[in-house]
Amino acid sequence: MKEEKDLLLYLKSISKKIRYETIKLAYEAEYAHPGPSLSITDLLVALYYGELNIDPNKPNWEDRDRFVLSKGHGCLSLYAILADLGFYPAKENLKLRKLNSLVQGHPDMRKTPGIDFTAGSLGNGIGAAVGIAISFKIDKRQHRVFTILGDGEIQEGIVWEAASIASHLKLDNLVAIIDNNNFQASGPVEKINNIELIKNKWEAFGWIVIEINGHNFTEILPALKLATSITSKPTIIIAHTIKGKGVSFMENDNSWHQRQLTKEQYQLALNEISSYEEGEKIG
Amino acid sequence: MGNTRIAFGEAVRELALEGKDIVAVNADTEKSICLDLLKEKFPQRVINVGIAEQNMMMVAAGIASTGKIVFACSYAMLNSMRALEQVRTFIAYPYLNVKIISGLSGLSGGMEGVTHQSIEDIAIMRSIPNMVILDPADYNATKIIVKKASEYKGPVYIRLGRKDNPDIFDKNYQFKIGIANKLEEGKDACIIATGLILDRAIKAVNILKERGYSIELLEMPSIKPIDREAIITAARKTGKIITIEDHNIIGGLGGAVAEVLVENYPIKMKRIGLNDTFAESAKYPDLLDKYGLSINNIVIQTEEIIINS
Repeated sequence: MKEEKDLLLYLKSISKKIRYETIKLAYEAEYAHPGPSLSITDLLVALYYGELNIDPNKPNWEDRDRFVLSKGHGCLSLYAILADLGFYPAKENLKLRKLNSLVQGHPDMRKTPGIDFTAGSLGNGIGAAVGIAISFKIDKRQHRVFTILGDGEIQEGIVWEAASIASHLKLDNLVAIIDNNNFQASGPVEKINNIELIKNKWEAFGWIVIEINGHNFTEILPALKLATSITSKPTIIIAHTIKGKGVSFMENDNSWHQRQLTKEQYQLALNEISSYEEGEKIG
Repeated sequence: MGNTRIAFGEAVRELALEGKDIVAVNADTEKSICLDLLKEKFPQRVINVGIAEQNMMMVAAGIASTGKIVFACSYAMLNSMRALEQVRTFIAYPYLNVKIISGLSGLSGGMEGVTHQSIEDIAIMRSIPNMVILDPADYNATKIIVKKASEYKGPVYIRLGRKDNPDIFDKNYQFKIGIANKLEEGKDACIIATGLILDRAIKAVNILKERGYSIELLEMPSIKPIDREAIITAARKTGKIITIEDHNIIGGLGGAVAEVLVENYPIKMKRIGLNDTFAESAKYPDLLDKYGLSINNIVIQTEEIIINS
């Protein structure tokens, strides 16, 4: 019991640190995607600090689990995590979106240590994750592949091409997570192209569906454990999240989908994150 | 006669038998692209993703990211157009080891009509950085080119035909990426041909020889990278170049050769191919005859460029 509580406190403290770095990155990059990064911060922290079998000293280690950020624009928190884990020096992140940088506007598997697959144009990452899962099955390797999609992203037709073949091939080593923050670039998902009955859609495509609060580690961790224990079917975790989570003035304000922070907003956001008591606000 | 699709199927089966870590992904095209030959022995190495070419490319890219050699097999018009973004961003950009196998290239889709023909694919693929483009001329060339492509670590686009085509080469066919293949020495003009149309180019050269012309003939199986040196040398030697391809005259072999010539050794040239027009449903040879690729037209165009200069 105590160990579990320690882990939760640990992950919460990591989330606080990663949110802080995410805001720093958003500010330094001048024009990036803070909102869609903050909605997946806790999911990424749970994966990278609690679930994935990886080694920051060996980014190309053959026996690692793989992660594909299908909604590549949420990469600010991912870069903060990769640097924090030591995949590359943290100072590299300050060059984000600038010339000669290790870190690109969207995830780049050839330039950034720790990025398993290039992603960014929406809908495609899940197909790559399916390919990786197939490769592991061919070789009878036990590694798993995880991918995070946006809720708006599943409007892309190719997502369903991938979803269909993943269940047909019984890819139980594949876990997808939907960052269900209810917004896409131009507004609320339900007003643009409603994806309602999202659970039924994935079930109809032959997936196991788990629904959780995507900011609560006591729900995220067991969901990941459950997902990876299921056999003969791929699993999708529908994570209910808040766009901009953790910075009050960004939460559910879709103008922060992609936007530059002023110096005042930057300070305000950092101050708010610094003032979290451990375990407060997040989780 | 031989079939380039069967040659491909045999080549990948042999690669698997040699112990190469290959996977062939297809979009309900495993029969059409002759993957049953591989599937027979290695069922787990053939992945049919169903009728979904875009996802086929993503699955191919994902598998390749784990270190395998992947063949993504469908039709030229689907590989180069339907799934173009996936090819460009997730195979070419990350330099993944995927060989894009494109049946029904050029007009070889024949009777299926324009929906299944592909006279734009070379131009499209040429504009993508990192992409190697190969267009084999017959059965033996296809077999050798597919195997050589598997030794190259990176994205490659390979054109295949549909029905049987005349044999030109034997098992000793020599191939290297970026290298042209000189089939005839000559001094009046140089014909450069790529792909299945090479057979007609050879026949045209024979007629021209009978008429007293000395014609150099280059096979250009590697369109990108292209053999600049061979093109410039032939231009210096003959002063006239004719390109022949089963493709639109815009952006394909003719375009690639013109780019080399105009920057290095500008001389008279003539591009023979589809004259920026769609074709129609008919047998492949009939389409070639109607749309500018008859042996007679090759002869006439070559004679004209020789006489006029």
